[in-house]
Amino acid sequence: MYDFAYLKPASLSDAANQLASPDSKLLAGGMSLIPSLKLRLNRYATLVDLGALADLKGIRREGDALVIGAMTPHAEVAASDEVLTVLPALASLAEGIGDPLVRNRGTLGGSIANADPAADYPAAVVGLGASVITNRRTITADDFFKGVFETALQPDEIITAVRFPIPKRAAYAKYRQPASRFALVGVFAVQSANGVRVAVTGAAPSVFRLAAAEAALIKRFAVAALDGITLDTEGLNSDIHASAEYRAHAVVEMTKRAVAAALK
Amino acid sequence: MPTVAMTVNGKSVAGNVEGRTLLVQFLREHLQLTGTHVGCDTSQCGCCTIHLNGKGVKSCAVLALACEGADVVTIEGLATGGTADVKLHPMQEAFREHHGLQCGFCTPGMIMSAVDMVKRKGHDLDEKAIRKQLEGNICRCTGYHNIVLAVQAGAAAMKGN
Repeated sequence: MYDFAYLKPASLSDAANQLASPDSKLLAGGMSLIPSLKLRLNRYATLVDLGALADLKGIRREGDALVIGAMTPHAEVAASDEVLTVLPALASLAEGIGDPLVRNRGTLGGSIANADPAADYPAAVVGLGASVITNRRTITADDFFKGVFETALQPDEIITAVRFPIPKRAAYAKYRQPASRFALVGVFAVQSANGVRVAVTGAAPSVFRLAAAEAALIKRFAVAALDGITLDTEGLNSDIHASAEYRAHAVVEMTKRAVAAALK
Repeated sequence: MPTVAMTVNGKSVAGNVEGRTLLVQFLREHLQLTGTHVGCDTSQCGCCTIHLNGKGVKSCAVLALACEGADVVTIEGLATGGTADVKLHPMQEAFREHHGLQCGFCTPGMIMSAVDMVKRKGHDLDEKAIRKQLEGNICRCTGYHNIVLAVQAGAAAMKGN
């Protein structure tokens, strides 16, 4: 790992100012960033650690939504009574990220800012039609993820929280890569007052919505409604773990499992 | 070079480190607490597991400077008493009793992770739960059978403490 200057600001405005200097990067839980620095896949002049900003941590109910602070670790989301009661699909997703030691340290904000194509949280953010709240603005889920490790965030913009609308029913079905525990394919299916949303992670360069499944499920939210739906392999990921054809098949299968689980 | 101060195994410690110095390097190379091991160095294997402010984490993926003011417990901090009257932690005792190791390299991480598991999941753990909760720790001897037995016994023994 190349050396860098380490800063730990005491306020969000200090963090934003420090982040504005060239070649600076935010550090949240560091569960992806630090390993990537160690492998010299990335190099920064300055790391700005958000670890001292207690306001960025915590889970609260706001009307018909759950607002989760960007620095809330996965383990807290997984064990939260509030989340388990009103949005159990999100608790179960958080409980499936990495391993217990990673979940104690890794954060919601860090995960979505990193936008790993196989990360779990992006499926929940897009599936639930969440809003990403930053120090400047609110970004809708559909506008947030832009590509492989790419988001709508400006270089000096900081995620403070994510607002998850509470759905009527939802579930996350993940076909897990057993070594990395990332999603080979993960599908978050949601039925809410605003309709149906189905978000897929792990299968393509970025999380995406499965329009064909949404159209079928809006007529009837049932596993059988998905019969005959197929996915074009164009643009899907293909690697040593799974071909594009395999992933296309797994997406439909995981969508069925997510719908079945949501109906339980 | 920046300085960092924290509490390790109940003692106040400080040192000069670089931005990139990892917590595990600070523990092993500055404090000579070499019970915390570095296995994979890519945060897969869990040999470097310690408790940071009461939570199990992989110290090879945490910066030393991020631990300013923190409370850290390593494998050396679990037992009580001195060299003459040492009393092992119930989880350490259970690993000895059940021979929860083969080469022993992963053992410090296994034990720190197991103690964290009991804090999160309680004392009554079945084999399935233990295996699931040990996902972050790899034993390359593949000696999981006795490790699971040891964790189960250690978790029950911790009830009395």
